[in-house]
Amino acid sequence: MQLNPAHKTIIKATATAVAMFAFVFWVMVPLYNVLCQVTGLNGKTDPNPYKTVPAAVDTSRTITVQFLATNNKGMNWDFKPSVHQVKVHPGEVGSLNFYVRNPSGKNMVGQAIPSVTPFEATDYLHKTECFCFTSQPLEGHEEKDMPLKIIVDQDLPKHINKLTLSYTLFDITEMNNKRTAAR
Amino acid sequence: MTDQTIGHVNDHDDSHADHGPPKGLMRWVLTTNHKDIGSMYMWFSFAMFLLGGAMAMVIRAELFQPGLQLVQPEFFNQMTTMHGLIMVFGAVMPAFVGLANWMIPMMIGAPDMALPRMNNWSFWILPFAFALLVSTLFMEGGGPNFGWTFYAPLSTDYAPPSTTFFIFAVHMMGVSSIMGAINVIATILNLRAPGMTLMKMPLFVWTWLITAYLLIAVMPVLAGVVTMMLMDIHFGTAFFNAGGGGDPVLFQHVFWFFGHPEVYIMILPAFGVVSQIIPAFSRKPLFGYTSMVYAVASIAFLSFIVWAHHMFTVGIPLVGEVFFMYATMLIAVPTGVKVFNWVATMFRGALTFETPMLFAVAFVVLFTIGGFSGLMLSIAPADFQYHDTYFVVAHFHYVLVPGAIFAIFAGVYYWLPKWTGHMYDAGLSKVHFWMSFIGMNLTFFPMHFVGLAGMPRRIPDYALQFADFNMIASIGGFMFGVTQLLFLFIVIKCVKGGPKAEAKPWEGAHGLEWMVPSPAPYHTFTTPPDVK
Amino acid sequence: MRLQARKLLTLMAGLLASPALWAEWAVNMPEGVTDLSRSIYDLHMTIFWICVVIGIVVFGVMFWSVIFHRKSRGAKASEFHESTLVEILWTSIPFAILVVMAIPATKTLIEVYDTKEADIDIKVTGYQWKWQYEYLGEDVSFFSNLTTPREEINNQRPKNKDYLLEVDEPLVVPIGKKIRFLVTGADVIHSWWVPELAVKKDAIPGFINESWAKINEPGIYRGQCAELCGKDHGFMPIVVDARPMDEYQKWLDEKRAEAAKVRELTQKDWTMDELMEKGEQVYTKLCAACHQPNGMGLPPMFPALKDAPIAVERSQIGKHIDVLLYGVKGTAMQAFKEQLNEVDMAAVITYERNAWGNNTGEVVTPKDILEYKKNGAYTGKYVEAK
Repeated sequence: MQLNPAHKTIIKATATAVAMFAFVFWVMVPLYNVLCQVTGLNGKTDPNPYKTVPAAVDTSRTITVQFLATNNKGMNWDFKPSVHQVKVHPGEVGSLNFYVRNPSGKNMVGQAIPSVTPFEATDYLHKTECFCFTSQPLEGHEEKDMPLKIIVDQDLPKHINKLTLSYTLFDITEMNNKRTAAR
Repeated sequence: MTDQTIGHVNDHDDSHADHGPPKGLMRWVLTTNHKDIGSMYMWFSFAMFLLGGAMAMVIRAELFQPGLQLVQPEFFNQMTTMHGLIMVFGAVMPAFVGLANWMIPMMIGAPDMALPRMNNWSFWILPFAFALLVSTLFMEGGGPNFGWTFYAPLSTDYAPPSTTFFIFAVHMMGVSSIMGAINVIATILNLRAPGMTLMKMPLFVWTWLITAYLLIAVMPVLAGVVTMMLMDIHFGTAFFNAGGGGDPVLFQHVFWFFGHPEVYIMILPAFGVVSQIIPAFSRKPLFGYTSMVYAVASIAFLSFIVWAHHMFTVGIPLVGEVFFMYATMLIAVPTGVKVFNWVATMFRGALTFETPMLFAVAFVVLFTIGGFSGLMLSIAPADFQYHDTYFVVAHFHYVLVPGAIFAIFAGVYYWLPKWTGHMYDAGLSKVHFWMSFIGMNLTFFPMHFVGLAGMPRRIPDYALQFADFNMIASIGGFMFGVTQLLFLFIVIKCVKGGPKAEAKPWEGAHGLEWMVPSPAPYHTFTTPPDVK
Repeated sequence: MRLQARKLLTLMAGLLASPALWAEWAVNMPEGVTDLSRSIYDLHMTIFWICVVIGIVVFGVMFWSVIFHRKSRGAKASEFHESTLVEILWTSIPFAILVVMAIPATKTLIEVYDTKEADIDIKVTGYQWKWQYEYLGEDVSFFSNLTTPREEINNQRPKNKDYLLEVDEPLVVPIGKKIRFLVTGADVIHSWWVPELAVKKDAIPGFINESWAKINEPGIYRGQCAELCGKDHGFMPIVVDARPMDEYQKWLDEKRAEAAKVRELTQKDWTMDELMEKGEQVYTKLCAACHQPNGMGLPPMFPALKDAPIAVERSQIGKHIDVLLYGVKGTAMQAFKEQLNEVDMAAVITYERNAWGNNTGEVVTPKDILEYKKNGAYTGKYVEAK
C-alpha cells in the first residue's frame, strides 16, 4: 500500500510522542539513578554493601564523620545514633549503632534512607554493614540496636575532612501493603 | 453565544464555496473546518482567560492588604494553582492553537488542516478536560493546592483526594495538545501551495512548526510525570517517595524537562505573530528573516538543556550548577537577535500605530524587560536570592502577559477583520490597549521590588514592609482584569457588524491570507494559489 | 451597608496612612551581613546595570524609530532587510557580555559551595509548618514556631511591626564563625531562606543539603520558607539572632540548664490550675491554628475537640496521649513527641479535657506521659480522677 506523505508525517510524529512517553519511564528514571550513583547527586549512597578491598590505613589524615537521624512525618519510632560523630582514618572501619524502638502496639516496617553531604564525598564513604540496605520490620514495642560499619576511602579528596551521613526513617508499612494489593 | 456571534462569519459566505456549513449546534460539534475550529479555540481560550483571570482577582484581592480577609490559606493555594494551570493550558496554549488553525492554512495556501477530523477531536477534548479540572474545586478536600508545578511529595503523599482527577485532566490536555501539534506539522510539511518553500513561509508558520515539534517532544513527558504520580498515589510505586527508594528531586527534573520547553511553547508563536505585525506596520520587510528562523530553532534546542535552572536551590553539584547557568545565559543570545531584528525592522520604516502595532511594540519592550529579569535569574548565585520570590513572579508574568497575551491580542486585532469581514472600533481598541498596558505594568512592576525585598511567592499573607507595593499591584490587577471585558465587547461588536473590511485592511501587510476576501470564505484555497 | 461604608473608610484611611505607618519602601535586595551576601548583591547590581545599559541602547533605537520614522511625519520606508555583518555583530557582542558576566558569577558560586572547615554545624529540619534547629554535638535542639497572634492575622487587632516574621525561639548563632547549615525536610519540600545571609536551600525529605554563612554583624535577621509546602507555607518564618561568641556560649549554657529544669519539673506534682494555665498557652501556640481557639476545629480536615469522644471519655485518655505523641497517619495531625516536653503535653491534654465545656475534671500529669512513652499504655496511677 502506498502511504501518502501526510500519513508518513503523522506516523513519525505519533511515534515520536509515544517514544517520548516511554523515554520518561525507561530512560530518564534509570539514567537519573545512574547519574545519582556516579556523581553522588543528592548524596545518594550505594544501596549495596561495600566489598572491602584490603588497603593500608592512611593514618596521616583523620576524618570526622557526623551522623544525623531524622524521622519523616508519621514515623513514630525512637531513632538515634549511639554517637553523634566518629573520627576515623581513611581505610579504617568505624562502627556504631543506631537505636530504634517501636513505641506503638502495632507491627511496623521502617526504611532508613541515607544521604551524604558534601555531595562530592558521597562516593568515598563506604558502608560495609548498614541497616539501610533492607527494610526493618519491628513488632509493637520492640527495640533494637542496628549496627552500621563505615569506611572512608583513601582517595577522599584532600580538602574534605568532615562528612555528614544523614538517615531519614520512613514508615513504609502502608506502602508495602499497597504494593502487595497492586500485585 | 458562540453559535450566534461567530455564526456571522458564514453569512457572508463567498460564492466559490461549494456548500455552506450546516446550521445550529451540530455544526460546531461536528465541524471539521479549520476556521470553525479556530474560532472555537479562540472563544474557549478567552473563556478560560476570564476564569483564570477571575482567580487572579481573588488572589489580588486577598493580597490587597496584609492579614487574611477574604479567603483561607487552603483556598488561596487552590486559587494560585488553578490560576496557573488554567492560564497556561487553558488560555495561552489554546489561543495559539486557535490562531494556528485559522491562519496556517491560509498563510501557506492550504485548503484546510491536514487532519480535519482529528482537529475536531483535539478541540472537543479540551472543554471536558477543563470541566474535570475545575470540578475538583468542589470535591472533598478541595482542588489541587500544590502550585501549577505540583512538586512531589506535596502533590502525591500530601495531596487532596481530587488529585487523581487533576491527573486525568492533565492527560486529556496533553492528548489534545499532541494531536493539535501533529496536525500542525502534517499541514505545514505536506499542504503548502506549490512554490511555498520552507524558507518562504511566514514567520508565524515557522514558529508554529518548531513549537509543534516541542509539543510532541515534551507533552508526553508531562503525561509521563503525572502517570508516575498516579502510580505513586494508587499503586504503591515510589518514583518520588524517598522512603520507597525514590526521589522527590527526580520529579522536579522530569517536570522541568517538560516545563522549560513548555514556556517556549507559549512564547515562540508569540514571536511569530509579532514578526508578522511589525513589518506590516513598518511597511518594510522583516529584517533578518533567516536569522529569525535560526534564532527560533536555537531557542527551541537550548530549551532542552536548561531545565535545572529552575532548581538551583535544590542542591545540584557545582558542575551541574555551572553548566545550567551557562546554558541558560546562552539563551539570551538568540533571544537578543530576535529583539534586535524587530528593532531593525522598525528602523527607517514608515511607522503607523494601529492597535495590532501598539500591542506588538509593547510586546517588544515589555518582553525584553522580562528577558532582562530572566538573564538576572540565570546567574545562579544571584538566583539563590531571587528564587521562589515575587521577583520570579514578576519575571514570568512579564514574559507571559505582555509577551504571550499581548501577542495574542495583537494577532486578534490584526486578523479580526479577515475573520469577521468588519473593522472593529479602533478607538475602543486603543483604550483597551492603554488600559491593559498601564494595568499590567502597575500589577507586575512592583512585584520586582517586593520580590527583591524578600517576599516569597505563593503566600496568602505577608509582612508589613510589602504592603504598599502589594496594594498597588492589586489595583493594577483589578484594572487589567476589568479592561478585558472591554475586549470582549469590542470583539462581539466587531462580529455583529461594523465598517466593511477590505481583503487587505492593512496597507503594509503581506501574505496569502490577504489575497482572499474578508471575511475569509468558509473554504479557501481549494485550488492552491501560485506563490512567486 | 453601614459596615461596608466603615470598611471602605478604614481602607481609605489605610491607603493614606500606609506609607507613614509602614515606612519602609524596600525596593532592592538587602546587601546582607555576610561577605558572600555582599558579593551576591554586587553581582546582582552589576547585572542589573548591564541590563539597564543594554535596555537604553535597544529601546533608544526603537523609540527613535517610533518618533522619527512615523509615516505621519512623512517617513518613507527603506527596503533594507538583511545584513550578515550586523547579525554577526549582535550575536557576538551579547556573547562577549555574557562571558564577562559569567566570570564573577562562577567565582561567587564556587564560594557558595565551599562549606569546608565550618566552626559550627546546625541541622535545620523543615516541618509542616515550622523549623527545627539542632546544634550538632551541643545537645541543644528545639522547634521554632510563628508567634504572631491569630487576632492580628484575622485583622481583629493591629499588626505589630514584625508581623508574620516573629518566632518563639530564634536560631541563635555567633558572629564571625563559619556556620554550616545541614538542611533537610521531614514531610514535604521546604526551603530555608534568610535574605540577609543570602542562604536559600531546599529542605527535601530523605536528603541532606548544606549551605553556610559567616555573619559579620550582630543583629536579628528574618526570613521565610521559600518553597510552597501546603496550607501554612506563608506562616513559618525564620528568625536568626546573631550574637558575639561569648553571648552565644552563655545562651547555649542557659539552654542546657533550661532542659535540665524541665526534666526536674516532670517529676513535680502538678495541680490542675497550673496545668490548665500552661495548657492554654501551648494550645494557643500549636493547636489553635487547626483545632481553632474554641475547640470547634475546621471539619472535615481538622476535627473538633469540643465534645469529641477522644477528649471527654475516660477510656480514651491513652488514645489522646498517643495521638499527641505520635500524630495520626494520613491526616494533618502531626507527632509532637520531639517538639513538646512531658510537662507541655500533660498540660495541653489536661486543658483539652477541661476547656470549652469538656469539663471532665481529669488531670493528666507529666508522669503519665513518661509512662506512656515507656510502656505505650495509660494506667492513671499517678492521679485519682475526680
